[in-house]
Amino acid sequence: MTVRPLGADSDLPISGRTATAASPWRLFWRRNGAGYAFLTPWFVGFFGLTIGPALISLYLSFTDFNLLQSPHWVGDANYLRIFTADAKFMQALRVTFFFAVVSVPLKLAFALAIAMLLNRGLKGLPIYRAIFYLPSLLGASVAIAVLWRELFAGDGVINQLLGYVGITGPSWISNPRYALWTIILLAVWQFGSPMVIFLAGLRQIPQDLYEAAAIDGASKARQFWSVTLPLLTPVIFFNAIIQGIDAFKSFTPAFIISGGTGNPINSTLFYTLYLYQEAFGFFRMGNAAALAWILLIIIAVFTGISFLTSRYWVYYDE
Amino acid sequence: MTSEAIARPRPPRSKGRSPVASVIIHALLIIASIAMLYPLLWMLAAALRPQQEIFSTTSIIPSSISFEAFGRGWNGLQVSFGTFFTNSIIISVLCVIGNLAACSLTAFAFARLKFWGKNFWFALMLGTLMLPYQVTLIPQYVLFKDLGWVNTFLPLVVPKYLAVDSFFIFLMVQFFRGIPRELDEAAMIDGCSTFQIYYKIMLPLSVPVLTTAGIFTFIFTWDDFFGPLIYLNDMKNYTVTLALRSFVDSTSQSDYGGLFAMSVLALIPIFLFFLFFQRLLIEGIATTGMKR
Repeated sequence: MTVRPLGADSDLPISGRTATAASPWRLFWRRNGAGYAFLTPWFVGFFGLTIGPALISLYLSFTDFNLLQSPHWVGDANYLRIFTADAKFMQALRVTFFFAVVSVPLKLAFALAIAMLLNRGLKGLPIYRAIFYLPSLLGASVAIAVLWRELFAGDGVINQLLGYVGITGPSWISNPRYALWTIILLAVWQFGSPMVIFLAGLRQIPQDLYEAAAIDGASKARQFWSVTLPLLTPVIFFNAIIQGIDAFKSFTPAFIISGGTGNPINSTLFYTLYLYQEAFGFFRMGNAAALAWILLIIIAVFTGISFLTSRYWVYYDE
Repeated sequence: MTSEAIARPRPPRSKGRSPVASVIIHALLIIASIAMLYPLLWMLAAALRPQQEIFSTTSIIPSSISFEAFGRGWNGLQVSFGTFFTNSIIISVLCVIGNLAACSLTAFAFARLKFWGKNFWFALMLGTLMLPYQVTLIPQYVLFKDLGWVNTFLPLVVPKYLAVDSFFIFLMVQFFRGIPRELDEAAMIDGCSTFQIYYKIMLPLSVPVLTTAGIFTFIFTWDDFFGPLIYLNDMKNYTVTLALRSFVDSTSQSDYGGLFAMSVLALIPIFLFFLFFQRLLIEGIATTGMKR
């Protein structure tokens, strides 16, 4: 039986006769109608809620739109101000980059370390995996951000625990030196989902490679560096991209822990939080649209560079 | 990556590992497990223990258990948490239905139908995978405001019926492609229309991917904070996430027991999914890289 594409078949038996008389438009509809009918909701969403708004926000980023009056073209004034005279923008960039650069590698390191420990034919693997995975499933909830805020408060549990070993901790969330670190810790605590991906990746590495390496006299450490790590680079790459983009878009923990301010002294002013304040706190919608497009470009550049450099360190079969 | 690869227990690599090493590894893992679970258990204990005990002990075992804090928290704001939970459930359920219907229709077209411009649209769809929502945020807000939808559930729910979540489309396309085409063809010979093939062949065979997508849609919507934050102003319309935020802001009266009790309740639906669908969730993550 020959495999024929679905959309093309449905009209063949019945409509062969009318096809000769049909207008090109009707012919087009008969060939493609089903596909476009199925895509109708997506088209409405794609043009009405995705591409359309994205282009409009690009336009708004060159205006002084404030939600009440109609927008006036201001040229590159928003961008110019953001890049030359906006201390909060620079601070938001610093906070977000620092968060991404510290939390993502730490998270992946924990994820890989625990995945390696679990991947040794250990008894109780499903239980451990479930325990380590649970925080990353629950962690995005506001409830967890609320919990974190109280754990790291001046009279919080963390300081009580530190008290047992003789350390008098500060109020972590209201100290500008540490506030961001509590959010980093919250992100690292959620290493479960990259761990699950690492576990699946480790299973894909053929056992005979380790046996061959062992016969050649490779130590465990050597096997890790020369077999496990290279073969795992596609998974590491994948995890790093996903987690990196996520870090740039992070909003809720900083909002809840800082009460929507990004304080103390803007030390938790995440990029998205700053954008939110500009848009819905000060109604500087034009400026916020410019910030959104800068975020898009940052993410695009980050992803682009990652893919370009990936061929130097990511190992692909064939 | 196949699901068997994930489910299959791996044979022990070194059969001759000494029992000492085994004990050390288990000890390490148990310590790590306790550290991971401690915050969650502490919160549960804080919800159940007497109010004055919450910040005076690090123990996760309450001296006495009472559900009083749940009652206090439930009525801790001007509007009862019953309303917030109802709102969250309505929004989440509507979003799940919309997302599954719209994304599966779209995915079916991309995976199975042949039409002019398919590859072009598919590439555009993939291109929006990485688009941060902030880029569409402001025009969308203006649109929904002009439609008079602010302070209703519509801005949170309607987009799901328009398949805006490319990730789930992609997930379903991948799954649909794995279903043998012979089934469609047999159905067609039996006189099924294209829609019947979608509805009677594809959907019933796609229960695993639909369940995974449904659960994750539910969890993402249930946890969503940003959407409700900008679209819902009236406390009667608040979701649980917004209500928790208000609760934190109003804890100058410091009913921490009530706050933690409501936080625990907010996590229960997600925890139930974890309990009953853990395998499906873990497979979903391992095969697709879902964020959580």
